Amino acid sequence: MAKTKVKARRRKPNRSLGGDITNIVILVLFGLFFAMPLIYAISNAFKPLDEIFLFPPRFFVRNPSLENFQDLFILMQQSWVPFSRYILNTVFITAVGTVGHVIVASMAAYVLAKHKFPGRVLFFNIVVLSLMFSYHVTAIPSYLTMSFLGWIDTYYAIIVPQLAYSLGLFLMKQFMEQIPDSLLEAARIDGASEFRVFWQIAMPTVKPAWLTLVIFVFQNLWNTTGGTYIYREELKTLPYALQQILAGGIARAGVAAAVALLMMSVPITLFIITQSNIIQTMTTSGIKE
Amino acid sequence: MRKMASNILPNTKMSFSARMNNTWAEMKKNKVSYMFLAPYAIIFTIFTIVPVLTSIGLSFTYYNILEPPKWIGFQNYINLLLDDEVFLIALENTFVFAAITGPIGYFAALFFAWMINELPPKIRAIMVVIFYAPTISGQAYIVWNTLFSGDAYGYINGMLIQLGIIYEPIQWLTDPAYMKTAAIIVVLWMSLGTGFLAFVAGLQGIDNTLYEAGYVDGVQNRWQELWYITLPSMKPQLLFGAVMSITSSFAIHEVLVPLVGFPSTDYAAHTIVSHLVDYGNIRFEMGYASAIATLLFIAMVGTNQIVQRLIRKVGS
Repeated sequence: MAKTKVKARRRKPNRSLGGDITNIVILVLFGLFFAMPLIYAISNAFKPLDEIFLFPPRFFVRNPSLENFQDLFILMQQSWVPFSRYILNTVFITAVGTVGHVIVASMAAYVLAKHKFPGRVLFFNIVVLSLMFSYHVTAIPSYLTMSFLGWIDTYYAIIVPQLAYSLGLFLMKQFMEQIPDSLLEAARIDGASEFRVFWQIAMPTVKPAWLTLVIFVFQNLWNTTGGTYIYREELKTLPYALQQILAGGIARAGVAAAVALLMMSVPITLFIITQSNIIQTMTTSGIKE
Repeated sequence: MRKMASNILPNTKMSFSARMNNTWAEMKKNKVSYMFLAPYAIIFTIFTIVPVLTSIGLSFTYYNILEPPKWIGFQNYINLLLDDEVFLIALENTFVFAAITGPIGYFAALFFAWMINELPPKIRAIMVVIFYAPTISGQAYIVWNTLFSGDAYGYINGMLIQLGIIYEPIQWLTDPAYMKTAAIIVVLWMSLGTGFLAFVAGLQGIDNTLYEAGYVDGVQNRWQELWYITLPSMKPQLLFGAVMSITSSFAIHEVLVPLVGFPSTDYAAHTIVSHLVDYGNIRFEMGYASAIATLLFIAMVGTNQIVQRLIRKVGS
């Protein structure tokens, strides 16, 4: 009895110490391998121009400087449309699109997973299959649809299709399936409306799923240039504006490195926040039957 | 007896209109479900189903974007399979890439997610970020160009020369003999993507009481626990990860462009999607490109059927 009490502090009693150590060693070795682009991007952003063009190239920075960032801010001030406008545009698209998609996709996923009605299996299968069709060839039909709706040069063209992104519904449906029916039934017996059951019982239970989904949609929208749909300068996005700066040629290589670091720092920050949340929620409450 | 049969199998005994009425009544009863589904279903139909069906339709036409499409039946498919040597090379390369990077990438994602899950919570979050870094840091895979650089200063060449394994630099990214291997390494390095994060989230959602019951039932070690408790509890995520692996491993293209060039030397790393982009975005032969997309779609759907059947057997 005393023995089990001592062991109770460790999460899992059937783990060997050797196994735990092997686990950590493997993770650290592979971790270095996977962390490479991050280290390289950070190191590059602080390289002065002469180090960027150094031959043979060097992985790490030797004389770190903020030169690249200063150059970037000077270039931003020369922009014809105030630079803050591009930032605001991208923040708006990303925020509305991400929140909208998580709600729309989760509602659909909830009924596909937990209600029984004609057509649900067929619909779900079509969504999954649609992931397998190459988006390169649907660009023209999509453009024609947008033009028919009069959505060219508006944010509808970027945000609305994102609301029904196939991957999100698929992901949410897979997690919703695991919610015990008894949990939902209990709430219904207490007289909760179906929307309340969805919002107050189902969604909190699958929090790890939608926190993960937030990352996927955020990454998509944050990096969108507006592509073929946005032509008015004041509606263009941040990645587009930065691309224009980099189009200045080889002399902007240092600025390019600073841009790369700044652009990835936002999704990475969000990613760290959501990941630590996933882990916190699940240690306090598991899905309990 | 007869009455019972018609109750159990309503479809076989009822007329068509009665059946339609039945479905309609069923649909009205489920009004709430349809209301939940409607926003997604409407947007999805307009912006995904319609363009995909249009593309499949265009695959039976000659369409150069400027002139209206001309119906030519199966001609695009016949040309692809019988006349287009590059397509056959692309087909072979795609299957080689998919057969290697698909399964290895999938198991690596699962394995790393599971290993990370063994760590204490705070370290776990940091490790997830590190392992996901190649995917989240955009175009960072360009770092591999420096590593695989073809001169003696490329990191890999330099190291091999110093160790005395080779005497002159290898053209990793332009020599057809090495190109595919280099590309596979980079693709695998980037394979901890959507599937990996779904596994991480899925592992967090497993009920701890299942593990506690496992200790009582005599689950000896982490491997038994993985096979008998963990994997069966996360089947929905395993299915999700498999679909993601299939869609990404059959559609390798973007990574290849900065790495081995587009098109690559002797088409040695040309994939079906490379071929599709070549015809669609460069030559503006949209009918032909759509036919390529349709064939690729069929290949993915077929693979998916087989893989889904395998995953359903997990833990039994």
